[in-house]
Amino acid sequence: MLQDVVVSVLLIAGALMSLAAGVGLVRFPDLLSRMHAATKPQVLGLLLFLLALAVENGTWLLVPLLVLCWVFQLLTSPVSAHMVGRAGYRTRHLRRDLLTLDELDDVVARAAGEGAPEDRRPPRQGGHPGRAVPRGDSGVPEA
Amino acid sequence: MSRQHIPLITELPLVIWLVIVWGALWQDFGPGNLVFGAVIAYAVVNFFYLPPVELTGRFNVLWVVPFLGRFLLQLVTASVEVFWLAVSKGPKLRNAVVAVELRSHSDFLVTATGHALSLIPGSLVLEVDRSTSTLYLHCLNVASEEDAEVIRRDVRATEAWLIRIMGTRADFAALRAEEALP
Repeated sequence: MLQDVVVSVLLIAGALMSLAAGVGLVRFPDLLSRMHAATKPQVLGLLLFLLALAVENGTWLLVPLLVLCWVFQLLTSPVSAHMVGRAGYRTRHLRRDLLTLDELDDVVARAAGEGAPEDRRPPRQGGHPGRAVPRGDSGVPEA
Repeated sequence: MSRQHIPLITELPLVIWLVIVWGALWQDFGPGNLVFGAVIAYAVVNFFYLPPVELTGRFNVLWVVPFLGRFLLQLVTASVEVFWLAVSKGPKLRNAVVAVELRSHSDFLVTATGHALSLIPGSLVLEVDRSTSTLYLHCLNVASEEDAEVIRRDVRATEAWLIRIMGTRADFAALRAEEALP
């Protein structure tokens, strides 16, 4: 009886997190804020679902597998969120009018130099995509 | 095609992790299964070559438990907050891209910090500058410079926790010195 109550509370809370993702996707104004809603509440949502499974199942042998499920989600979801967010920022799929401040934009503008090419995206030179944009220190003329 | 030889001690954490994954997938932690898993893990690690991850040489388990507690608390409060923002503010939401300079220059620690931050709803790592170890975060519901300052403090607190758990000795000493200041 108590077990059933705990399981249903966990499942409902997990489902509410899915609902949060859905509501966020519809209501939030631009790509990056939707990213928050789409990926983040599910970290908690999946944890609640897995906890419900563990309580319902009642054997310890399943627990490592459930932990593994969550760990893999923890490892992968920020990477995908980062990749989509980064691509979205670079291709300017964001609404700047909604930003109260944008400290990355200053760095990108400075790195682009006073010549200010119309396209702010950095040249792709392959290899180290992680260090492409904000390098204001690499001999770039100050604007 | 010559590849750098990696000593077993560097590979060991990865091998142990793979053995745990193997045991969990089979739901069998008997000695026979684990030994067989270890053989496969060793073969996999050597066959599918990855550049070694530079760990920092420190790992303090005692700090992990409070860190996990803090992480789960933040996860729950922030998830509820994002839900509430979606319902109450929705399209009128104001965001910001905030630059936060971290203390540590270790790639491993910067990655771990960015990862922990991205998992918590409301902040998302957009870009990383390795040369100054600066994270550029996209944050939900930032209306003023004060809000951004709160976020910066919070990010540096998360980093401090990770330094306590697995920062380099130099970073840890620097953190201690910083905390000793009034």
